[in-house]
Amino acid sequence: MVTDPAPKIRIQDVTYAYDDAAALRNVTLDIPAHAITVLFGPAGGGKTTLLRLINRLNDLVEGTRMSGQILLDNEDIYAPGVSVTDLRRRVGMVFALPLPLPGSVRQNVLYGPRLAGLRDQGRADEILFRSLNQAALWEEVKDRLDDSASALSGGQQQRLCIARSLALEPEVLLLDEPTSGLDPISTAKVEHSLFELKKDYTIVIVPHSVQQAARVADHAAFFLMGELIEHQPEKKLFTAPQKKRTEDYVTGRFG
Amino acid sequence: MKRVLMQRVGFVLLGLLALVVVLPILLVIGAIVARGAQAINWEFLTAMPRNGMKEGGILPALVGTLLLTLGTAVAAIPVGIGGAIYLSEYARDTWLTRAIRLAIINLAGIPSVVYGLFGLGLFVLFLQFGTSILAGSLTLAIMTMPIIISAAEEALRSVPTEFRTVSASLGGTRWQGVRNIVLPQALPGIITGVILGLLRAAGETAPILFTVAAFFLPRLPQSPLDQTMALPYHLYVISTQVPGMPADVQYGTALVLLALVLSLNLIASVIRSYFRRRREW
Repeated sequence: MVTDPAPKIRIQDVTYAYDDAAALRNVTLDIPAHAITVLFGPAGGGKTTLLRLINRLNDLVEGTRMSGQILLDNEDIYAPGVSVTDLRRRVGMVFALPLPLPGSVRQNVLYGPRLAGLRDQGRADEILFRSLNQAALWEEVKDRLDDSASALSGGQQQRLCIARSLALEPEVLLLDEPTSGLDPISTAKVEHSLFELKKDYTIVIVPHSVQQAARVADHAAFFLMGELIEHQPEKKLFTAPQKKRTEDYVTGRFG
Repeated sequence: MKRVLMQRVGFVLLGLLALVVVLPILLVIGAIVARGAQAINWEFLTAMPRNGMKEGGILPALVGTLLLTLGTAVAAIPVGIGGAIYLSEYARDTWLTRAIRLAIINLAGIPSVVYGLFGLGLFVLFLQFGTSILAGSLTLAIMTMPIIISAAEEALRSVPTEFRTVSASLGGTRWQGVRNIVLPQALPGIITGVILGLLRAAGETAPILFTVAAFFLPRLPQSPLDQTMALPYHLYVISTQVPGMPADVQYGTALVLLALVLSLNLIASVIRSYFRRRREW
């Protein structure tokens, strides 16, 4: 198995449970920098849970138990004294359903930077252009930056949500089925921007189909009912899987 | 054919039932307007009562009620909204928060005269505020608080969780999410609750009976520690305690109180629909 010499994220023996149901069992996985890692598998496999653990969004959920470690640049993100807000600025998240915050396109993109203390107007304009451009949305919204974000189409809203995360210049971008509600053209645009983004960012994505997994992945990890079944560079996992259950899933025998 | 007939009969019956609900309100408003309107004039609203309250105006009672409502708002709104934010956004589900919620529900069910006696004991006697606008406002505020807290908490909870998650995922603290996203979205519901609470405070007689209301005090209050007349109590006094009171003065006073309360109500619905049009989900 090929491993990047210094993985950006190391997930070590993580077990996680909501009230009584285990969501992840003994998951160990290295996520390389500057590549797209795909977490895929049937629903209920623990993919979304794992994403939410990487930027500690599950801290907001009550009644959960976790063991194991998650390291970002070799530092335990659950160690005492770690600032959760700083962590979330380094590790951005895009959700399955695009949810623009109330307010304009501009306000949405600048929400994170403003909370982080941004006051300078010139810098704000820079961030606005760079983020929207990276999310392949600038051309479509440059004349309506002060219009309500909820007036955008679904595909535009999702790219706005990506831009909103990029505005913080995170090191890692987590995407949870970012194209599940989108038409094929918008999906292609989002996927295209991911290819551009991986030069600068570490990307972890839960795709909404096996086809998408195969299209975008540099590395792929197959999850089934809370267990990591197999983790390989993309070419190998989709053409020569080592485990029977992986093969059955990618060839469409179940799922 | 028979089914269509049944449906017609059903609609007529339901319509009549709806009418039964509306009719008393129309009758009350109609009777008070019809008999009170002739008493209303500039002098009635701006003069002191004279000749055993049978002549002159109701200015001190009107001002007193406005001041009491204002005092209630100042005391009840920050505490009520603060408490609601704590319960909805911060408190975890423990026996303590369950006890607090139970207490709020029970507070809303306590008869208003009990609040009056409580205010007499705590504010008037123990804290030595005397019978004063301060004591009366605080008593009304305690009575109003559960209404504001439960309405505000419900309004906050109706804002989808995802907004909080998005704000957190962009590096916002819990408070930043509440301050920037949740609170503005919940504002119409909160304002409605606040105004409904204040409406109740403005119209109550029992809580002010022992804590602030003066039987007859033909001057405007000089300080928060002064007594004052108030519309609901004044109405009670001139309706039952003064022999030979002209009926149009009684109905006129009732009309002013009614107009005050209904106009607050109207303001509440205007604010609500204004914010609702601006809401984006």
